Amino acid sequence: MRKLSRLRRRKITAPALLLLALVIVGNAYAFIGATVTTPGATASNARSTMVTEGREIFLRGCSSCHGLNAEGGGVAPSLVGVGAASVDFQVGTGRMPMADMSVQAIRKPSRYTAAETAALAEYVASLAPGPAIPGAAQLTFERDGNTAEGGELFRTNCAMCHNAAGQGGALTQGKQAPSLMGVEPRHIYEAMITGPQSMPVFGDKAITPQEKLSIIKWIKSVENEKGLGGASLGKVGPVTEGLMGWVGGIGLLIAISVWLATKSR
Amino acid sequence: MSNTELEPLKDPGLPAHAHRKADHDEVAAKRAERQVSILFLLSAAGTILFIYSYIWIAQDIYVYLPVIGTTNAHQLFLGLGLAFSLFFIGAGAVHWAKTLMPDQEVIAQRHEMRSSDEDRAGFIATVKENGASAGLGRRTLIKRTLGLSLGLVGLSPLLLLRDLGPLPSDDLTKTSWAEGVHLVTDPGNRRLRPEDLEIGAVAHVLPEMKHPEHRKLDDIAKDALLLIRIRPEEFRLDAEKLSWTYQGIIAFSKICSHMGCAVALYEQQTKHLLCPCHQSTFDVPTGAKVIFGPAARPLPQLAIKVNAEGFLVAAAPFNQPVGPSFWERRK
Repeated sequence: MRKLSRLRRRKITAPALLLLALVIVGNAYAFIGATVTTPGATASNARSTMVTEGREIFLRGCSSCHGLNAEGGGVAPSLVGVGAASVDFQVGTGRMPMADMSVQAIRKPSRYTAAETAALAEYVASLAPGPAIPGAAQLTFERDGNTAEGGELFRTNCAMCHNAAGQGGALTQGKQAPSLMGVEPRHIYEAMITGPQSMPVFGDKAITPQEKLSIIKWIKSVENEKGLGGASLGKVGPVTEGLMGWVGGIGLLIAISVWLATKSR
Repeated sequence: MSNTELEPLKDPGLPAHAHRKADHDEVAAKRAERQVSILFLLSAAGTILFIYSYIWIAQDIYVYLPVIGTTNAHQLFLGLGLAFSLFFIGAGAVHWAKTLMPDQEVIAQRHEMRSSDEDRAGFIATVKENGASAGLGRRTLIKRTLGLSLGLVGLSPLLLLRDLGPLPSDDLTKTSWAEGVHLVTDPGNRRLRPEDLEIGAVAHVLPEMKHPEHRKLDDIAKDALLLIRIRPEEFRLDAEKLSWTYQGIIAFSKICSHMGCAVALYEQQTKHLLCPCHQSTFDVPTGAKVIFGPAARPLPQLAIKVNAEGFLVAAAPFNQPVGPSFWERRK
């Protein structure tokens, strides 16, 4: 108590309190003021700003291949109608912009911030309607997904390319289906609805949105699965396991037989 | 060089027997004894580790090991304990035998397997003599019925060969696809409309069944189908095969014509279908023509159409057996 009263008598106290009060009032006013203005108008304003921003980013970073109006060119496809989901997937996972003109754009750290990616997506979505970015309200895989069903769907629809445990696999001529471990649920969903690069599209009638959530839930369960036996050998099945068996197992047997047969001195 | 200059190799005989150190050196023998007992003690320790981990190590503890990675401690020590207990019993026994047990070398001579002529003649005489005294030649009824029963017993295993059958009849040539059968998603069993597939989309489908829960794996193994939609102008098909497609949607049997794996690696950009087992590659626009790999013929294409309600249905059964070649399959 005494400490407090001593503090009150200090010279700096009054201005500091005044400043604090001003900050609180100002922030409260800004907050209330923001909620009072019509939300639709701000949203559409923000959207058009984003489209403008996105167009600028596009002109700087993407147009040399995809064309000034995203109409596509000799080396790159048209982006009219690919939708925001496609942009969010390709740019958000760092696949676009491509590092080189090899057979496949690979996952790498993203060149753009989340805000820039969102602006780009907004711009491309403004060109023609296409699949939208699935929001948090759509990605309720923890609640609505069914792991067992997801596993069944995965084995029928995805396992032949991405491996039965989602570890990825080889395609033709140097292309590959990437590993699905550690991929954002949003990006998995977007890949299914947009069919990036070699991957085909899995429409909402072939695999319903609920089934897509089940697939994501299954992938996440595989990702979080603790290996009872330790080394999973890449979870790629007979290749590494066979190598281990032939080299390690048979090698050990040979070593033991040599020891059995050598004469002791 | 003439042959006379060559001397024939002499039989070097067996090498002289060298005694082990433990055979004449008491210190070495003691050491070997200690080594053997240490190996046996290691085995005992392994068994104790096994018992300890079975009872006292909780099943949800995970430990990190270099190279191996994160491992379940319960399983790891259970396995190590059992491996130690078994391996070191064997190792101890081998070390014991190699260092301390008698080391006389014994040469086992091989003889001809044939018995001597006297023994053979004796055997025949015994059989004849006892056979005669048992009345084998006299009581023909017994002899014949015994022959009958032994013969029939010998026949019965032949009967079991019937279990190799029955012959597959038309199982290899027929699938569940017939005109008007709906294409339903696998899994999910939902009917599909053409507008459900956008360009570049695929769908894994099966024929509709009244009771999909009764679908047998044998049926799936023949009926599985892959629906692919591409731009209709990209098809390079003859008029008949083109009429089997619907607005760019083409249906192929998913069963590889090489060894029967599920061909479903579809590359949307190159429009190639790839078999994961032996890398046979099929070109979709040309009707799954084989462009790489060991497959001998294209994947069978199913004729599809849209029925009055707007659903995708089969327009006809497959015009050829699906899956790999078999003996009776005509080219």
